[in-house]
Amino acid sequence: MSWFKRIKTGITTSTVEKKETPEGLWFKCPSCKNIMTTTEHELQSYVCVTCNYHSRIGSEEYFKVLFDDNDFEELNPELESADPLKFTDTKAYTDRLVATMEKTQLKDAIRTAIGNIDEQNCVIACMDFSFIGGSMGSVVGEKIARSIDYCVANKTPLLIISKSGGARMMEAAYSLMQMAKTSAKLTQLAAAGIPYISLMTDPTTGGVTASFSMLGDLNIAEPEALIGFAGPRVVKETIGKDLPKGFQTAEFVLEHGFLDLIVDRRQLKPTISKLLKLFAN
Amino acid sequence: MILLDFEKPIAELQEQIEKAKQIGEKTKVDISGTVTELEKRIETVRTDLFANLTPWQKVQISRHPERPYTLNYINAICGDSFVEFHGDRTVKDDKAIVGGFGSIDGQTVMIIGHQKGHNTKTRQLRNFGMANPEGYRKALRLMKLAEKFNKPVVTLIDTPGAFPGLEAEERGQAEAIARNLFEMAKLRVPIICIIIGEGASGGALGIGIGDKVLMLEYTWYSVISPESCSSILWRSWDFKEKAAECLHLTADDMLHQKLIDGIIKEPFGGAHNDPDMMFKTVKEVIIKHLAKLTPMDADKRIEKRINKFCDMGVVKELEPKS
Repeated sequence: MSWFKRIKTGITTSTVEKKETPEGLWFKCPSCKNIMTTTEHELQSYVCVTCNYHSRIGSEEYFKVLFDDNDFEELNPELESADPLKFTDTKAYTDRLVATMEKTQLKDAIRTAIGNIDEQNCVIACMDFSFIGGSMGSVVGEKIARSIDYCVANKTPLLIISKSGGARMMEAAYSLMQMAKTSAKLTQLAAAGIPYISLMTDPTTGGVTASFSMLGDLNIAEPEALIGFAGPRVVKETIGKDLPKGFQTAEFVLEHGFLDLIVDRRQLKPTISKLLKLFAN
Repeated sequence: MILLDFEKPIAELQEQIEKAKQIGEKTKVDISGTVTELEKRIETVRTDLFANLTPWQKVQISRHPERPYTLNYINAICGDSFVEFHGDRTVKDDKAIVGGFGSIDGQTVMIIGHQKGHNTKTRQLRNFGMANPEGYRKALRLMKLAEKFNKPVVTLIDTPGAFPGLEAEERGQAEAIARNLFEMAKLRVPIICIIIGEGASGGALGIGIGDKVLMLEYTWYSVISPESCSSILWRSWDFKEKAAECLHLTADDMLHQKLIDGIIKEPFGGAHNDPDMMFKTVKEVIIKHLAKLTPMDADKRIEKRINKFCDMGVVKELEPKS
């Protein structure tokens, strides 16, 4: 027996009297359905205040979260993907690139920049999932390689923020070799004694996890991020059973010994800052 | 000899020879002329077939069930000198990757490779050549052993991919492969990698960073198998032939893209047609490259190795840097 009883049925407000809410004023958490203003959401580093759900964000937002006064200089912004294999599936790769660039206003799946984190110099290479699933092609490999060159030349620490489905199929073996390229480059950074922090965010899978993401001096992750080699669907098909709860989450990966710590995004800047200080002094 | 679907015309001719022989035996008529004629036809048909192989057909040859696998190569090349070493010293011994010291012409070499099985039982034992993290960690342990005693490393690659299982994820498949890429890039001894069958993605690359990366003529190497590529991009397995073409995964393609250093010719009809010949060629190639790589200064060799991988990839640079 309910406490209240509805007398009138359905929506009675006429279409003319309907009140429109301006777009983008409210944010509804996809996890707990709680509603907050977008300004509040942004102030909370795009984390839900009620359930701590970390929304997927891109390089623009991460730079804003991390760099002092959002002040940074982008490195090699002019690099774009070529189409060496003239790859065409249901759509030509070149068309896909043009359409994605237009939609996302990005050049490729990673942006690299130099700036300050609490007055400490740091290069951040941040992947964008909105660009063909954050897939790693030649541009991602080349930008990471050049960031490492910059870090070695300027003795600057490196932070790579991964968010990727893996290698970019449309560049086939070229994209596979970016795993080799980025890992080989990291040996030079290691030889120079420069710290490299790898931050894995939702999702980090495939060739990205199996190369630079797992090679940090410190491997850190955001809460509940999906981190793995094979995607959960593939693993499920392989074993023919349902996956255990929490499989391949950041917490799972930490328990199995492959992460140093999990950081709430609202604590990301102070944590990175603290770590950089500990490395430097 | 098992013939592949595209070799059907050969199978038909072979059948005709068999029939002719049976008739010859029954009727005591001399059929040697017909047989020679048919055998010649087989040769021409096979030459034609192999001159115009499609990428997908090459993928099929690379998976031929009678193709020699890593241990066949090792036993033929090193003979009795080979001693297999087991285990990653942490979890277990992965049977999908084998390795150990062996002697090639008096030089001790660490040979490591993916191992597939020849029948149902051994295929299961070898997990179809799909290694778990402990396989990659065993490979790295053996490479470090080789480095310590200044012995060159040879890896033989033949895998449909790293195993995508639950325990593989728990034990850090991604970390194991990543660690190998990192450590192999700076290993102080010469490394030669040879793709002898399938070179699928990270599972292949995990033992594939070398001073010389070579492919046998009818093998493939790419970021994904044609079947999986087809199922992801076209949402169906029916486009595997097209996917094989799009991926440019043959030895010729890979050399053209400057992603490998050379191609090793296979005997006519593929490695399984004349395994002894194949072993001999591979042994000669290893000896030839080791002779060039061994005298080099280790730092120079590593620098060259790293630079080679760093040159891989094609990008557009819009405004030339000032």
